This record gives sequence, C-alpha cells and structure tokens, in this order.
Amino acid sequence: MYDSGKIIPGLIIFVLFITIPIWYNRGGGSEPPKPVLPKDAKACVLPAAEIRAEHMKLLNVWRDEVLRDGKRGTVTVDGKQYPKSLMLNCMKCHTNMKQFCDTCHTYASVRPYCWDCHLAPVE
Amino acid sequence: MDTNRRNFLKVAGLSTLAGLSGTAVVDRLVTGSGIAQASSGESQGAAGAGPGKPSAVRYGMVIDIKKFYQDPGLGEKAVHACHQKHNVPKFPDKRDEIKWIWMTKFENAFPENPNLYQDEESATKRLPIMCNHCDNPPCVRVCPTKATFRYEDGIVGMDYHRCIGCRFCMAACPYGSRSFNWRDPRPFIEHINPDYPSRTRGVVEKCNFCVELVQAGKMPACVEAVADCKALVFGNLNDPNSEIRKILKEQRTIQRNPSLGTLPSVFYIV
Repeated sequence: MYDSGKIIPGLIIFVLFITIPIWYNRGGGSEPPKPVLPKDAKACVLPAAEIRAEHMKLLNVWRDEVLRDGKRGTVTVDGKQYPKSLMLNCMKCHTNMKQFCDTCHTYASVRPYCWDCHLAPVE
Repeated sequence: MDTNRRNFLKVAGLSTLAGLSGTAVVDRLVTGSGIAQASSGESQGAAGAGPGKPSAVRYGMVIDIKKFYQDPGLGEKAVHACHQKHNVPKFPDKRDEIKWIWMTKFENAFPENPNLYQDEESATKRLPIMCNHCDNPPCVRVCPTKATFRYEDGIVGMDYHRCIGCRFCMAACPYGSRSFNWRDPRPFIEHINPDYPSRTRGVVEKCNFCVELVQAGKMPACVEAVADCKALVFGNLNDPNSEIRKILKEQRTIQRNPSLGTLPSVFYIV
C-alpha cells in the first residue's frame, strides 16, 4: 500500500472522530429521568405504561372530542370521573410541570407546545 | 376503394354532424351530473354551516341597549367578567388590542342605520358588541385550516391549535370581532384564570359565547355578570318557548349589518 503511513493514522483519526458521541458519553452519559409522581393520587386514567407511551395521543383525542365535537363529558375509570382536560384533570394531580412533564421531555428532546397556551399550575 | 367527391362530402358531413351532436350529448350528461354533484355538495355545506335545515339548538343573545345607556358601569362589568374569565390580555398599545366583547358607539355598531340628527344618548353613550355567532359565518368559510368552525348549536368556535395566523377570518368578518395576537399575550394578562388557557403569539382570537360554560349547561360570563338587570339574555333561538324568543316576540330588535346576509345570532333592543 502506498502512503500507508498517512492513510492508516488518517483512518484511525476519522473513526475516532465520528464515534465521538459514543466514547464521549461513555460512563457518565445521561441517566434516565426520574419524574416526581404525585403523592396523594395513586390512579391515573390509564395504567402507567400505557399513559407513558400514549399520553400525547390521548390528549389529542380529548382535545378533538371536547373542542371540535363539543363532547365535554367525563371519562370514568374505576368508578371515578375525570374531565377530559389537561389543565382541569392532569395538572390537578401532577401539579409541578418542571418536575414531572419537563424531566422526560427534556431527556427525549421533545418540545411540546402545550405550554405556549395552557397554563401550568403555580408552584 | 372507389369514391367520388359527392360521396366523400356526404360521409364527411354526416360524420361531422354525428361527432358534434355526440360531444354535445356527452357534455350535457357530464355537466348535468356535475351540477347534481355540486348542488348536493352545497346542500351538505349548508346543513353543516348555514341557514339550511334547522337544528334543535341555535344559541343567541339579546342585548338591551337602553339598560347599557342608563348604567355605564354595566358594560364595564360585562367586559371585565369576560376578559378575566378567558385570560384576555390588556396591551398598553391600542394597535395590539385584543377584544372579545367591548363597548362602542351606536353609529359604529350599526353603520346601516345612520341618522343625521342622532339622539343625544346614541351619540354619546356606548353599547356592547361582540362576535355575532352568525348562522352563515364568513370567517368559517374562509378559514383554510378549519380552525374556526360552527358547532351544531350555532356557536362559532375557535380551535387555537389549528390557527396558523393567516388572518383571512379577520378580513372576512364584517364586524371586526376578531383580534390578532401580534405579541405574546402572557405577560399582559392582568389576572390569570388558571382554569382556562391563554393564547400564543400568532393566533386570532374572539368571543366564543363561553362555549365551555354553555355546553356544560351554564350561562356565558357576560350574561352572568349583568344578570341582576337582565341587560343580556342568552338562550336557544330555535325553541319557540325560550325566554329569548319571548323577548324577541315582544320587543323590536335589530341585528348588525343584516344586509350582508350573515344572519347574526345577536339581537339588539333599541
């Protein structure tokens, strides 16, 4: 191989450079978020795994039902009635947006625009 | 094939005739079905958002102008109740103003009723105006994202999630009932109501007839605020026995700019 003295170090430098994210975050990295759960409320409208994965879809369904179809009723889970609302339902238990919503959203690098209009409870 | 000029012309003429009449017939059939489609589409549209077949509920309001003339504090009370309930911001600069319900002079509210020799009350005092929740709303027709739409109960609502801020609706509304958020409204809300969202920069907003209260069986905030003197009466226009229909039967009322054909649901007792 001609110029192997330049090519092989060059390749090593290239591989090291494009794998920066892997070795830079090794060890320390970022830990999975630990959202602070409400103390007094034990039940949510869906089981934890489901609400964790589907809450954004559920909120969209609620929004369309309430706002566009005018179906402003409540959802009943285990005999308890919940209004279909982010501000009037979710945030009544999850009173701290920063310690609950934002922990995962920041970790997953998603920026939902809910809070451009909807008001988080005063802390 | 042996042919002469005479036979050639005969065949050519006949085939031209057949071709022309054939296309005419086909055209007729096509346009005929096209018209049928268009008209059925129109009637569907009318049923959804227009004066087509009457639905069970069409909410409306009667505003007694005299009562607002007599007590100037009344209007302020209604405006304050509405704007506080819905987190309507108060901008210091008039160009940024957001209004859901506001007080204006008679000649501005009713430009179709000009009077060279206006009575003193009409010339000096103010009456409340707001979104008319038209039965044939031009704002709904022009909205490219269906962010503004008509509920089956006649309320013209806004879905701020969908509003792209194009302001077609503001151009279409002949009553100036819509306001655009040129700036972030949050810092300019005086008393935040934690039970109702605010808006964001770049969306259009307007009176929603307190749809969140009305569809939960309550009265709009402005009606509630002046309930003692019944200066504002809210009810179902399609129910002949409702209070609002009784008032409309007894009193002479006018609508704003009726000649535009928007069919407002807000009536004024002059």
